[in-house]
Amino acid sequence: MVLGYEPFHGRCPFAGSGSVMPLRGLMKELLDMGRKLRAGLLKTAALCLPVLLGGCKMVLLDPKGQIGLDERNLILLALGLMLLVVLPVIFMALFFAWHYRESNTKATYMPDWGHSNKIEAVVWGVPIIIICILGYVTWKTTHQLEPSRPIASKNKTLDVEVVSLDWKWLFIYPKQNIAVVNQLAFPVNTPVRFDITSATVMNSFFIPQIGSQIYAMAGMDSKLHLISDKVGTYFGLSSDFSGKGFYGMHFKAKVMTDAGFAAWVANAKKAPTQLTKANYELLAKPSENNPVQFYSGVDPDLFGNILSQYLKPGMKPTKAAVKPSAPGVAHVG
Amino acid sequence: MLGKLSLSVIPFDNPIIMGAVAFMAICAIAIVGSITYYGKWKWLWTEYLTSVDHKKIGIMYLALALVMLVRGFTDAIMMRSQQALSFGPNHGYLPPHHFDQIFSAHGAIMIFFVAMPLVVGLMNIAVPLQIGARDVAFPFMNSVSLWLTVVGVVLINLSLFIGEFAKVGWTAYPPLSELAYSPGVGVDYYLWSVQIAGIGSLLTGVNFFVTIMKMRAPGMKLMDMPIFCWNALCTNMLILAAFPILTVTFALLALDRYLGMHFFTNSAGGEPMLYVNLYWAWGHPEVYILILPIFGVYSEVTQTFSGKKIFGYTSMVWATVAITVLSFIVWLHHFFTMGAGADVNTFFGISTMIIAVPTGVKMFNWLFTMYRGRIRFTTPMMWTVAFLVTFSIGGMTGVLLAVPGADFLLHNSLFLIAHFHNVIIGGVVFGSFAGITYWWPKAMGFKLHEGLGKIAVWLWVIGFYVAFMPLYVLGFEGMTRRLDHYDNPAWHPWLIVAAVGSFIILLAVITQVLQIVHSFRIRDQLRDVTGDPWNGRSLEWATTSPPPFYNFAEIPEIHGRDTFWEAKKQGKVKKPSAFHDIHMPRNTGAGVVVGGFSFLFGFGLIWHIWWMVALGVLGIIVTLWVRAANDNKDYYVPAAEVAQIEQSPS
Repeated sequence: MVLGYEPFHGRCPFAGSGSVMPLRGLMKELLDMGRKLRAGLLKTAALCLPVLLGGCKMVLLDPKGQIGLDERNLILLALGLMLLVVLPVIFMALFFAWHYRESNTKATYMPDWGHSNKIEAVVWGVPIIIICILGYVTWKTTHQLEPSRPIASKNKTLDVEVVSLDWKWLFIYPKQNIAVVNQLAFPVNTPVRFDITSATVMNSFFIPQIGSQIYAMAGMDSKLHLISDKVGTYFGLSSDFSGKGFYGMHFKAKVMTDAGFAAWVANAKKAPTQLTKANYELLAKPSENNPVQFYSGVDPDLFGNILSQYLKPGMKPTKAAVKPSAPGVAHVG
Repeated sequence: MLGKLSLSVIPFDNPIIMGAVAFMAICAIAIVGSITYYGKWKWLWTEYLTSVDHKKIGIMYLALALVMLVRGFTDAIMMRSQQALSFGPNHGYLPPHHFDQIFSAHGAIMIFFVAMPLVVGLMNIAVPLQIGARDVAFPFMNSVSLWLTVVGVVLINLSLFIGEFAKVGWTAYPPLSELAYSPGVGVDYYLWSVQIAGIGSLLTGVNFFVTIMKMRAPGMKLMDMPIFCWNALCTNMLILAAFPILTVTFALLALDRYLGMHFFTNSAGGEPMLYVNLYWAWGHPEVYILILPIFGVYSEVTQTFSGKKIFGYTSMVWATVAITVLSFIVWLHHFFTMGAGADVNTFFGISTMIIAVPTGVKMFNWLFTMYRGRIRFTTPMMWTVAFLVTFSIGGMTGVLLAVPGADFLLHNSLFLIAHFHNVIIGGVVFGSFAGITYWWPKAMGFKLHEGLGKIAVWLWVIGFYVAFMPLYVLGFEGMTRRLDHYDNPAWHPWLIVAAVGSFIILLAVITQVLQIVHSFRIRDQLRDVTGDPWNGRSLEWATTSPPPFYNFAEIPEIHGRDTFWEAKKQGKVKKPSAFHDIHMPRNTGAGVVVGGFSFLFGFGLIWHIWWMVALGVLGIIVTLWVRAANDNKDYYVPAAEVAQIEQSPS
C-alpha cells in the first residue's frame, strides 16, 4: 500500500454508475479477498443503500473527503461480510421455530440427538473464516486510517490547532496568525493537520461528513489528519459529553476554494480583537452557545501554554511535548 | 453536625422531581399501609427480610430489579420525549441540569440495579437447585450481598430528592467527574451507591463460585452440570476478577474528590485516561457478567421447550469459557478514538472480533437445539426466538464498532446507543423475562398467565424495534449521544419515531405488571402441583414447587447429564421412603442490620457527616463480630419433621 493518501479528485467511483455484481462474480471475488472484493461488495451496497434509505440525510454514507469515504466503504464492507452469517442465522431462527413447532407432527423429531461433528465444524469454521477476513481488513485499514498519519498530497498541508473549552471550540491558525471560535474553514483538496487539546474536560472533535473523530484531552496533543474534496459547509460537533453547555458545542466546518479561503482569512484579519493571553483568559471562562468570533492575531505561545498549563510548577514541557513530531498522541509531563 | 446537608438541598422548585417524589411516597405509603392492614409485618420479617434461603433471596433480588426497571424506564421515557420535543426553537421540558442527571441515572440504574439484580436473582433461584444443593455455600453472606445491593438502590433513589444525582454520564469520566468540574454531591451519590452494591456483587461472586465448585450433588461432574450452571460459574469467576477493579477505580476517584489527591485530575500529574482504561477493564467483563447467565437461561429454555437435549454441550461450555477469558482483553475498544495508535487499536479490534466466534457458536447451538425438536411456544420460548433474531443484529453492529476505522465515525453516536440497547434489551432483558417466566412456578408455586405474557412479548419486541432502529439511522446521520437539544431537522422525525417506540414498550411494561397482578389473583387456577410444570430436564424440577426450604428431602445422586430427564423417561423417579435429619442454617437479621449501617456509612460520606460515617463503620464491625461469635447459627431439621413436610399435600 502506498504511504498516505492520494489526493482525491472527481466524483465518487461508487456513486450512480456500474451494474450490480452477479452473485457468482461476488463469490469468486470473495476467494481472492483483495481490493476487488471490496469494490464488488461496495458497489452492490452503494447501489442498494440509497434506494433502501430513500431521502434521509445519512451524512456518514455521503462523505465529502477521502478519510470519510474510506471509512464509509469499510463500514459497508464489514456489514456485508457479517450479513453472510447473520442473515442465515435470522432465517434459521424463524424457519426452525416455525417448522419444528409442536403442531407440525410431520417434522422429524430426534429428542436424543445432540451432537454432529459436521455441524460443529461449520459453526466454528464459518465464523472463524469471516473473522479472519475481517481481521485482515481491520489490520490494514486501522493502519491506513490512523488519525495521526499524514495525508500525501501535492497541496501543502494546513495546520490548525484546536482547543476545546467550556463549552466552545477554539481554532487557531498559527501560520495565518488568526483564531476563530466555533467556526472552522479550510481549502478544498488540501490536507489539514489538526493538533487537538482541551483546556478543560474531555471532548471529541468530529466533523461527521469529512471523517474520523478524536478526543480532545487536557495536556495531550491528539493529531488528526483530514481532507475534503468538495466545497461546502459541514456540521461539526463534540461527540463526548462535557457538561452543562455540551449540546451547544457545535460548529460549521467550511470547505472553500483557495480563493474563498484566502478571502476568509483576510476577513478574519480585519477583526478588532487579538487573542492575547488576557483575551484568552476571558474566552476560557465557561459560556454556552457562543457566537462565531474572529481574532486577528494570536499569541504565538498560546497553544503550547494551554498544552502545558497543568504541569506542576517547575516542570518544563519538553520540546517534543509542545510540538510533537512523532505520530500518535504525545504525552506532556 | 449535618455536613453539607440542609433543607435547601431539596429541589422544592422542580415540579417534575417533586411529582416523582410524591408518586414514590404514595406507593411507599400504600405498601406500608397494606402490610400493616393485613398484619403481614411479622411474616415479612421472618419469611423474607431475615431469610438466608437462596430462593427467597432470589425472589427479593428479582422484586428489587423489577421495581428499579420501572424507575430506569421512567428515565428512558423522559429522555425519549425530551429529544422528540427539543428541536429548533423548542427546548422541551428538561433543562440540561435535569436531563444530564436523567441519562446518568438511567445508565447507572439499568446496569447496577436492574441487570445485576436480575442475573443474581436468577442465579440464586436456580443454581443451588440445579446442582442439588440445600443452599449456597455461605447463606448469611448471601443475605449481606442482598442488603448491600438494597442500600445502593436506596441511596440512588434518595438522590432524586435529597440533593442531586451525577451529571456526568454513567461512565463518570474524569476530569468531568472530579471536584473541579462536578462540585456537587451527585457524583458522590453515584460512587457510594455503586461501591456499596459492588461489594455485595463481589461477595455474590465468592459465594456462587464456591457453591458451584464444592456443593454439587454426589456424582455430578463439572461436565454434567446444566449449561446454566456452567454459565453461572464463568460469570462468578468474572465477578471475582473484574469487580475489584471497579472498587479500586472508584476508591481512587473518591480519594481525588475527598482528600484532594490527583489520580485522575488534569493537574499535578493526574491521568484521566488511566481511569478510562480501568473503568472499561471492569466494564467489558461486566457486559459478559450480565449476558453469560442469560445465555444459560436461553440454553435451559431452548432444550426444555424443544423437547430435546442441548446441541453441542461441550462446544457450548468451551465457547462460554473462551468468552470468559477473552472478555478481559478487549476493553480498549471503548475508546479507539483516544489515539492509542494503530497497533494498539488493531490488537483490541481483532481481539473483540474473536469473541464473536464463540458467541456465534452459541447462537448456532441454540438453533440446532431447536432443529428436529418439538417446539412448544410458551412465553419463555417466544422470548428466546425474539432474542435469537434481535441479538444477531446487535452482535453484528457490535463487531462493526470493533473495527477501529468504522468506530472513528460511529463512536459515541446514537449508532452505539442502538447497538448496546440491541444486545442488552435483546439479550439480557428478554432473557431475564424468559428466565423469570420459566422459574416463576418453581419459586412461587404457580405459573404466570401465559396470554398476557405473550402480549407482553409482542409489545416489547415491536416497541424495541420501533424505538431503537431509528437510533441506528440517527448514528449514520451524525447524531451524538447525550444531547439535550439540537437544531438538525433531519434528526427530528427519527426521534419522534423512537419516542413512539418507547411508549409501545411502556404498554409492554404495563402488560407485565398486569400479568403479575392477575396471576397472583388467580394463582389457584395456575398452581403447579407437579413440581415439573414444563417437563424439564434438570434437578430443580425434581422437587416440589415451591421447594421445601431444604430443597431436597434426599440429595439426588447423579449419573451423567440430564439425570432427572433420563429417570423420567425410564419411569424411575422415586419418592424418598426414609427420611434423615437435615442440617440447615438459621435465619438471621444480621444482614439487614449490616445493610442499615452501610446506609449510614454511605449517606454520611455523601454529605460529609463524619460522625455518621464512623457510626456506620463501627456498626458494621460490631454486627459482624457479634454474628461471628454466635454459635447458634445452624440446626438440624428432625427426620420426623421432614417426613411430615414431604407427606403432607402441598
